[in-house]
Amino acid sequence: MNLRIMSRSLRIVPREKAFYFFTSIGNYTGASALSLKEFMEKISEVNVKSLEFHLYRGDFEKWVNDVLQDGELAADIRRLQKLNLVGEALRNQLFLTVSRRLRRLAT
Amino acid sequence: MYEARDVLKLRDGVATLDATDLRILQALQENARQTYTAIGKRLGVAHSTVYDRIKKMEHHGVVRKYVALVDAEKAGGKSITAMITVYTDPKVIEKVAEKLCEAAEVLEVYTSLSEELQIMAKVVAETQERLHEFISDSLAPLPGVLRVRTSIVTKKFKEEQFSMADPSGANAYKRTTEYK
Repeated sequence: MNLRIMSRSLRIVPREKAFYFFTSIGNYTGASALSLKEFMEKISEVNVKSLEFHLYRGDFEKWVNDVLQDGELAADIRRLQKLNLVGEALRNQLFLTVSRRLRRLAT
Repeated sequence: MYEARDVLKLRDGVATLDATDLRILQALQENARQTYTAIGKRLGVAHSTVYDRIKKMEHHGVVRKYVALVDAEKAGGKSITAMITVYTDPKVIEKVAEKLCEAAEVLEVYTSLSEELQIMAKVVAETQERLHEFISDSLAPLPGVLRVRTSIVTKKFKEEQFSMADPSGANAYKRTTEYK
């Protein structure tokens, strides 16, 4: 694994670059993630409506790509959109995708 | 040169508004562009009296400024209006409210004394997406913001400024408003 990619993907970002979870336009849940690890943790905790809202707007993919600069994970998340998953099935798949990437980055 | 002390009524060093002042204020609130003569004619007082009273109230900040009420939608500007409620850590509520006041998108900001300390604000944006970006990029990252609830306005039924006119009529022109 390229060390530069690893350190970019695993770093803690400043507050203004964090991912903020919303359930709909303007409705902030109070959950945020400053790193990929925290992002994975929040995926398993937040209201599933928030996951549906962000996945299909492309917000997860954009944050992972633009802020963490992890194009590979961004592509994996983009592929999830095409499965049209909702509810807990979406939560499980998203969690799996991110946790798998985290494991790969850590080894 | 206008000298406020020439027309001030003082009681223990505090100036008071009388019935004529209040009626002038009411007339200005209905139409701030009418002339001193028109107001004087309506109230049955000389235009110089109206002039002096208005200058006195401007001088003391009772009349703060004269503005145009612009319909943003008709002017082709911002077209989404939203009422947002911001729940914060009580320790930072004032800081968050002050920060909100700095944003051009935010028109009004209030803090509330309800069970849970919160800030209410009226926000305008060009689109729903711009509204979301503002809350996501500028509001949510502020330290102490716990969550945000947003209601997008679908129809406006009434929007007025505070008026000196007493809707019930019971106390019209009987009040004495003190100002420093």
